[in-house]
Amino acid sequence: MNIGILCSRVRVEEKLLFEAFEQLGVPTTRIDERTIAAQIGSYIPEVDVLLERSISANAGLVALQLFEAAGIPTVNTHHASETCADKIRTTIALARGGVPQPRTEIAFSTDAAFESIERLGYPVVIKPPVGSWGRLLARINDRDAAEAVLEHKEVLGGVNHQIFYIQEFIAKPGRDIRAFVIGTECICAIYRTSPHWITNTARGGIATNCPVTDEIADICRRAARAVSDGQGGLLALDLFEAPDGGLLVCEVNHTMEFRNSIATTGVNIPEHMARYVVEVAERRAVAL
Amino acid sequence: MMNTATCIECGATLNVPADVMMGEILPCADCGVELEVTNLTPLTVELAPQEMEDWGE
Repeated sequence: MNIGILCSRVRVEEKLLFEAFEQLGVPTTRIDERTIAAQIGSYIPEVDVLLERSISANAGLVALQLFEAAGIPTVNTHHASETCADKIRTTIALARGGVPQPRTEIAFSTDAAFESIERLGYPVVIKPPVGSWGRLLARINDRDAAEAVLEHKEVLGGVNHQIFYIQEFIAKPGRDIRAFVIGTECICAIYRTSPHWITNTARGGIATNCPVTDEIADICRRAARAVSDGQGGLLALDLFEAPDGGLLVCEVNHTMEFRNSIATTGVNIPEHMARYVVEVAERRAVAL
Repeated sequence: MMNTATCIECGATLNVPADVMMGEILPCADCGVELEVTNLTPLTVELAPQEMEDWGE
């Protein structure tokens, strides 16, 4: 068995994953997407499964298509990754699966965006449909701010900023929950606490352990199935605790970062991930 | 055992862990720039690519 790991930039997470496979005694091949020049139809990677860990969402999605076209199973699948990489696709998949999430509207012009914002009620949050690490999120508290942000996006934003993803603002209790899912099961979770309304650890949120309750386990299972056609994968869910006490899924990440969560939770996340990838490869071997 | 490399931005000496990997990012403690390991033998670093709009998790 040979595990392909696709990555250009080697973060702490990738080093931990390489180590995890080594400890399992499973050989790995690092594949830097910048070295791929694939002839469509005859590209045959010499691996049994691909773990996609590219820091670039676009590069990862294209590589997944190449590997799946060559008959190589992938983690995550292209379908799940494509769904998670785009917040509009995620929202549609969660809605289809009946998974609770903040009220969200999509608008195709600034005039339409104003309509959506007024309907949702201030404050709202505008997010780029593709993006991570809390980049370019805007909390809109009033009409003046809406006019400014929408005009800036219209004039200065690229094509990806001309369709507006607008979400109701959830008054979180100073924290959100990052839940780690292997397959469809939540193995651990952290609270991310910050005085700022953006609680990403990439933006300074402080991580503490969050016990996995039945409610967290249930919403994770449902969300993981919803974004992956029921197959699950290696996923990190951002959950909001709504003022009414329920949980909402804010987003689902398909190339999760976990460096701050291993010691915090006491769970060896990279080992769980490696074992899951090996299982996928073994299932493929049985099928052949 | 540590290897060393030279920051191509400010010339500082970087201590590099023995298990360093191709593609690993090494921050320069002196000037703060991010360097990417582009060769192991000899150990070579270049300025790491800047964050792109589609980067993330």
